[in-house]
Amino acid sequence: MTTFLQLTVNAGGRGALYAMLALGFVIIFRATGVLNFAHGSLLLVGGYTVYRLSDPLGFAMAVVAGLLVTGALAVLIERALVARSKNADPIALALLTIGVDVVLTEEVARRLGTETPFLRAPWAQEVIRVGDLAILQGQLVALVSGVVLIGALLLLLRFTSWGLSMRAQAENREAAALMGIRNAQVTAAAWLVAGLLAGVAVIFLATPDFSGSGISRSTHALALVAFPAAIIGGLDSVGGAILGGFLVGLTEAYAGEYIAFDFAKSAVFIVMLAVLVIRPSGLFGSKEVHRV
Amino acid sequence: MSDLAAPARGTSSDEQSPRPRRREPVARRRTTRSWFSLGAGALGLVLILAVPLYLEATWLRVGEYAMVGAVAAIGLTLLTGHCGQLSLGTPFFMLVGASAYATLAGESDSDLWGLGLPPVLALLGAVAVSSLAGLAFAPVAGRVSGIYLSVATLSLVYIGLFLGQRFSQLTGGAVSGRPAPDFTIAGLSLTSNEGDLVVLGVPMGAQERMWYLFVAFTIVSAVLALGAVGSRPGRAWRAVRDNPASAAAMGVHVARARASAFAVSSGFAGLAGVMTTLWFGIMKADENEFDGSWSIGIAIAVLAMVIIGGLGSVGGAVAGAIFVFGFPLALQLLVPNVPALASLTQGEAGFTPAVLTAFAYGGLIVLVVIFEPGGLAAIGRRLRHHLGAR
Repeated sequence: MTTFLQLTVNAGGRGALYAMLALGFVIIFRATGVLNFAHGSLLLVGGYTVYRLSDPLGFAMAVVAGLLVTGALAVLIERALVARSKNADPIALALLTIGVDVVLTEEVARRLGTETPFLRAPWAQEVIRVGDLAILQGQLVALVSGVVLIGALLLLLRFTSWGLSMRAQAENREAAALMGIRNAQVTAAAWLVAGLLAGVAVIFLATPDFSGSGISRSTHALALVAFPAAIIGGLDSVGGAILGGFLVGLTEAYAGEYIAFDFAKSAVFIVMLAVLVIRPSGLFGSKEVHRV
Repeated sequence: MSDLAAPARGTSSDEQSPRPRRREPVARRRTTRSWFSLGAGALGLVLILAVPLYLEATWLRVGEYAMVGAVAAIGLTLLTGHCGQLSLGTPFFMLVGASAYATLAGESDSDLWGLGLPPVLALLGAVAVSSLAGLAFAPVAGRVSGIYLSVATLSLVYIGLFLGQRFSQLTGGAVSGRPAPDFTIAGLSLTSNEGDLVVLGVPMGAQERMWYLFVAFTIVSAVLALGAVGSRPGRAWRAVRDNPASAAAMGVHVARARASAFAVSSGFAGLAGVMTTLWFGIMKADENEFDGSWSIGIAIAVLAMVIIGGLGSVGGAVAGAIFVFGFPLALQLLVPNVPALASLTQGEAGFTPAVLTAFAYGGLIVLVVIFEPGGLAAIGRRLRHHLGAR
């Protein structure tokens, strides 16, 4: 029972991070209609920036710089590349982001060489004991930051004019434009938010509390595990992404403990396949409608 | 786009790319141009067959690896270009084909299973097994479409990683692997230099023989793919790609068409997997999901071949494979001989051939999507049109 509780608590921290990444996918998908395969490279670039600047600037300033870089990079990808290919279909746009991802990932991997540095977050590797439970402080900070950020984002979407324009644009792009909503600004803002979320997530993902290795290709692969989170909930459902994130975190933790350690990631994808067979557009995703 | 106005005369049906769309020729007539392209094809074949007589074995290996990619890319271009299904699952079916071949043709020992079948039979079995694996994915491939499917197929890579390590009796495991069974036809080994074989005064070693074997595999794949594209199943796939609802109204069983495209494409991937083990001489499971012979890296590389070549074009898939798989190996061979390359690639954080290639194909994907969605195939078509219209 203690193991189970322990796993659930750990899964909460991981789930919050997956939810952040999945929200990034969903926000971008709602604004642009593209599944952003370059998310993993945003993680890598953010993590690399924080790692490089940690020594000269200190951790806190390095994090700020990392966020600026991931946010700016996301907006750059949208403005310079995605916005230019308006007539391309969703699949072509997904391919475009794969191309961007390959280039960015190789560049960071080249700069890192054989290093796989951990980020030295102040809370890393500290343990809090509650009864029999040993909670990694990093997991707790991740969970709290995740809940706060996601909550803030939901409030923004619900109550600000940007949120209203986001929702209007997701409903009907042309009608929103006719009502005076600037599509370009709304879209760029969506990519910015997604980039920032990725920038926050990597601060936790590249610490010893979360993964066996520091910033490396396996950090990049973590973004791929967040895909199922977005897909399970439905690619255009914000609530679905949050649920999906925690579901993926829990699945990973339980499968890794109770079935086999190396089965954890496969289990996540198998759960996703099961959901897709029953509901081809995820749990809360809207169905595609075909006109003849 | 000037080629939109070009007459469809003389284009073969393999050039069906998602856009611009062309009408298929009502009846195939042998025009002067088609005789010309037939002649060019025959000349090209003679040149390809003459290559081992002149090139060294290290260079032959570059071409052979490009052909591995070509077979996988031909399969994927049918699925993605003609049926409109984006798949990242190619490496999984390559793994299935490769393990099936190693198991069917290999010998048993204390910790490996093997049936010791004749290699030709094992090869056919491997292709059949990987097609069946593709068919087994039908509940997902038939129902799920578009972007959702691309992530669904990604799951196959993860499942393959786990199964590959677990079933080391079949795959050889991630640590030691198992030897790839020699490919022999009528007692003559085509993947080793056993038995003397001399063609036109040139001794045929392992690489020379493998070149001819792989050329045969590639040509058979291309011919089969062109056959599928130009006939009933190909038309059904394109109808489903363009509009599933109207395809259904025309009497196409949408889920069945999607599943069949998946199964066919998996068969090609299975063959490419067998070629991979023959090329390496060893069958081995991957250690992680992002680099290795059956990894996400390969999934993206094969996808890159298909996009750069032009979605749906068989010839383009081959051209894309030569670039994505051939280029890094060729660069590797050039490095010791070209001082400028040597200084670029060496040292801390050097631009290794793999990095340069990834930059090149990543960049090319972006350029192709933005500026030339038809890829190399569309560029080639336009060039031919300009030459022909003189």
